[in-house]
Amino acid sequence: MEPTDTELIAAVRKGDVAQFEPLIARYQPRVFATARRYARREDEIQDIVQEVFIKAFQKLDSFRAEAPFEHWLMRLAVRTCYDFLRAHQRNRETTLTDLSDPEVDWLERFAASPADNSKNTDAARALVERILAQLSPEARLVITLLEIEDRSVKEISQLTGWSVSLVKIRAFRARAQMKKILETLTREKYL
Amino acid sequence: MDLEKLQQKLMAIAKASPPSEQVPYAFEKRIMARLTAPLAVDVWAVWGRWLWRAVAPCMSVMAALGVWVLATMHPEPESQNLEQAIENTLLSGDDVAGE
Repeated sequence: MEPTDTELIAAVRKGDVAQFEPLIARYQPRVFATARRYARREDEIQDIVQEVFIKAFQKLDSFRAEAPFEHWLMRLAVRTCYDFLRAHQRNRETTLTDLSDPEVDWLERFAASPADNSKNTDAARALVERILAQLSPEARLVITLLEIEDRSVKEISQLTGWSVSLVKIRAFRARAQMKKILETLTREKYL
Repeated sequence: MDLEKLQQKLMAIAKASPPSEQVPYAFEKRIMARLTAPLAVDVWAVWGRWLWRAVAPCMSVMAALGVWVLATMHPEPESQNLEQAIENTLLSGDDVAGE
């Protein structure tokens, strides 16, 4: 029978560092998936995951087992991803001419028939990634958690450490920011 | 173009394609190696840290000395005759050369 998280954490706290490895093995798929929502390059993703587990190891004494270890770890992961976004803010200005041909095709097909646009979801995914990359770090985090992961405002508040009202304000601003980016992307050709 | 619908459509596509949970081979070993590696002491970093710590005391000593010098300085009485003082100053070189 596999040891529980609590048993492993207790062993690590007593100085048996090797017991941290099963914890990493258990939760790294979820941390990788979270990191992949915010970073694209594989080396950046691996850096984020590594940082999450190193922080978890260093802060393990502050884990009070009031909530499952996984929740505590995912809070660390989300905050590390947010730090990554803030540290890697790039030039977010873009125009329709920056879009690839499949992305433009997808938009054209959507403009022609908004209801039927099931083809080439790869292009649509690339478009989503392009739009998310232009959002501010706060906006990207909120849109990802709220709209893509379907989390509640309360959950986002717990994950990010922001107050509920701050999450609501940031969600409102994020939606407005996203709308503005979509307007910019489509203005030249469709409006 | 209906931007509201476009946004909903794009979000639905993003929702429908969750990121992969794939983990590189033996990634946990890499993290464990990092955690258990002995700490390498960076001498220059330590030296730099001590230098930064020394900045505040050095500035305090410098300021205290400056105040002390200003407080104990006795300004020389101004010469009554400015013309004579300038002449003495200008010709002091000649006096030295003449000796």
